[in-house]
Amino acid sequence: MNQTPTSRNFKRNTAGALVNEQLQRALSNVPAGFVDKRARARDKLPEFDALRDQARDIKNHTLAHLDLYYEEYEAKVAASGGHVHWCETADEACKAVVEICKSHSARTVTKGKSMVSEEMNLNAALAEAGVEPVETDLGEYIIQLRGETPSHIIAPAVHLNKDQIEADFRATHTGLPPERNLEEGAALVYEARQILREKFIAADIGITGANMLIAETGTSVIVTNEGNGDLTQSLPKVHIVLATIEKMVPTLEDATTILRLLARSGTGQEFSSYTTFSTGPRREGDPDGPDEYHVVILDNGRTKMLGSDFQEMLRCIRCGACLNHCPVYQAVGGHAYGWVYPGPMGAVLTPSLIGVDEAGHLPNASTFCGRCEEVCPMRIPLPRMMRNWREREFERHLSPATVRSGLSLWAFFAKRPRLYRLATGFAARFLHLWCGGDGKLETLRFAGGWTKHRDFPSPEGRTFMAQWKNRNG
Amino acid sequence: MSQDRPHVGLFVTCLVDMMRPSVGFASVKLLEQAGCTVDAPAAQTCCGQPAYNSGDRATTRQIALDMIEAFEPFDYVVAPSGSCAGMLRKHYPGLFEQGSRERERAEAVAAKTYELTSFLTGIMKMKSVDAALDQNATYHDSCSGYRELAIKDQPRKLLKTVKGLTLTEMKDAEICCGFGGTFCVKYPDISNNMVTKKIANIEASGADLLLAGDLGCLMNMAGKLKRQGSKVQVRHVAEVLAGATDMPAIAERDE
Repeated sequence: MNQTPTSRNFKRNTAGALVNEQLQRALSNVPAGFVDKRARARDKLPEFDALRDQARDIKNHTLAHLDLYYEEYEAKVAASGGHVHWCETADEACKAVVEICKSHSARTVTKGKSMVSEEMNLNAALAEAGVEPVETDLGEYIIQLRGETPSHIIAPAVHLNKDQIEADFRATHTGLPPERNLEEGAALVYEARQILREKFIAADIGITGANMLIAETGTSVIVTNEGNGDLTQSLPKVHIVLATIEKMVPTLEDATTILRLLARSGTGQEFSSYTTFSTGPRREGDPDGPDEYHVVILDNGRTKMLGSDFQEMLRCIRCGACLNHCPVYQAVGGHAYGWVYPGPMGAVLTPSLIGVDEAGHLPNASTFCGRCEEVCPMRIPLPRMMRNWREREFERHLSPATVRSGLSLWAFFAKRPRLYRLATGFAARFLHLWCGGDGKLETLRFAGGWTKHRDFPSPEGRTFMAQWKNRNG
Repeated sequence: MSQDRPHVGLFVTCLVDMMRPSVGFASVKLLEQAGCTVDAPAAQTCCGQPAYNSGDRATTRQIALDMIEAFEPFDYVVAPSGSCAGMLRKHYPGLFEQGSRERERAEAVAAKTYELTSFLTGIMKMKSVDAALDQNATYHDSCSGYRELAIKDQPRKLLKTVKGLTLTEMKDAEICCGFGGTFCVKYPDISNNMVTKKIANIEASGADLLLAGDLGCLMNMAGKLKRQGSKVQVRHVAEVLAGATDMPAIAERDE
């Protein structure tokens, strides 16, 4: 079951987000926390833009030959003793995971951070099957305590402030001395770590996501900063990897090219603290590792994107740079987008996965400022694809009637220069007179959205074209 | 090119035409000073962005064809807007099928279309202007101009030659002001959040004059500044470069 979307209510969601003081305070940390750090990391790597071109080409090539690479990948996983589960829908993927859990009579599973798991709404499916899921990424752990979903694809709790997290810990970790000092971030991390240690050891199964799958070796790759992924996947007897079809790269070499971009783009680190390559279950003689290794590969509508206007979206490596740099994301945060993937990448991907009828607002809520495309390590033309979604909506008459009628009235004149001159000449003079020398209007009936927040500057009175005609005969 | 004086078609843009024609005349003055012959073809209306960004490709194509026809005869097309120049330069060709006659025509017009300050400095090699203004200005880099046409230094180079003018950079000059065409009326509250942050950076710069190369962004920022009772004046960069600052600034009362 897909996570239930509220993208249809985007306007209502954003109205709440814009007046939420806690959220606004948390979001104000995004520029210094992510944007400045990425800029510094990029500046230190002269070949950064050349790497972006390479990474784009790697993914384009892979997407063009996805079937061949998956054949190779599946054979390699099987050869190393692992199992691949192909799932067309989120339901099938949940079922596959639950089946594995049941076959091991699993009671608790630890989980590394995985947006695919969010997309599948896996935690609900696990709970329903009587399996307790324990999120081990600190941010995921915090929002699991709060019963929330991630508001960012790499920083799931970015919408929260430290004092809120402290309050959550005090309310949940009731066995600890109430007088303990949790003011410092490090104290919060330490406390979560102590609690999670026991969970890691108790877990029957470990579930992680995958930043990449590598065809030539049958390997899955995860990057983390907390090492939680490693404990999740190497302590329990079973490791399940959740991935979607676009995670594939052909070779180890290709994977390292993309890794050089991933952390720099996302957090501004040269490399994440932990980068882990997993190939099959524990081999004879290995000191540790799981007895079983499963890879659940979910499609959930992505094969339909192949060959469409939206294929390039499948290059996305989920670094989060487009979210961090988006002025709309910075204004409203991730939850307002109403489904798993927020920000510019979500504005393109979400309509592909849950339909433009549900998610139509997302590609519209952009000024096309282009900052997302400017920073995307995979050079995904996000604004172009948002426009493509607007075209689909327009063709299917999904755009609001007021917009359509306003547009067709404007287009009628714009296509007829003489009438256009008359109309604009009249409007300019009328508005100028209405302003009465005041330079601006504070309310304007047909532009209430404008004058709700700002004055409407007065036109000078006569249009340029009218004056030009007089001057030049 | 006719007698060494390039024949420039001024694409005045719909906003300048209707709201602030003095920007158009300032542009004409600058182009003539740079050695161009200027005409503003009567068949021009709008670049088509309202339709293009609303997903109405068929209307966009019709409008684009009209504009292409209007501007084909000129050596260059120049617009006092990075957004509209970007539309002609970066987006018109993609409206038509590869290999079609329309595509060829769109590409030809795209290749000779420029934003005003980049045309003056890059093509006409203008190094300085004959203008004076005793104010402290800050410059907002409009998104399309900056990201589609790489306009950053061009206006600043010329502004530095305006006598008496100080140029003070604001923080995040390259971040969107929240205008976004129809965005600001479709999502007014998000737009307001964005313009509020922009205004704070403008005020913090200490400048008493805000300049930019796109009238849409300028109207948005001026409207917000005036609503907040700010003393910062707002003008299009062409007005200052042409020494045409006798008109009241944007959203300012007649004197």
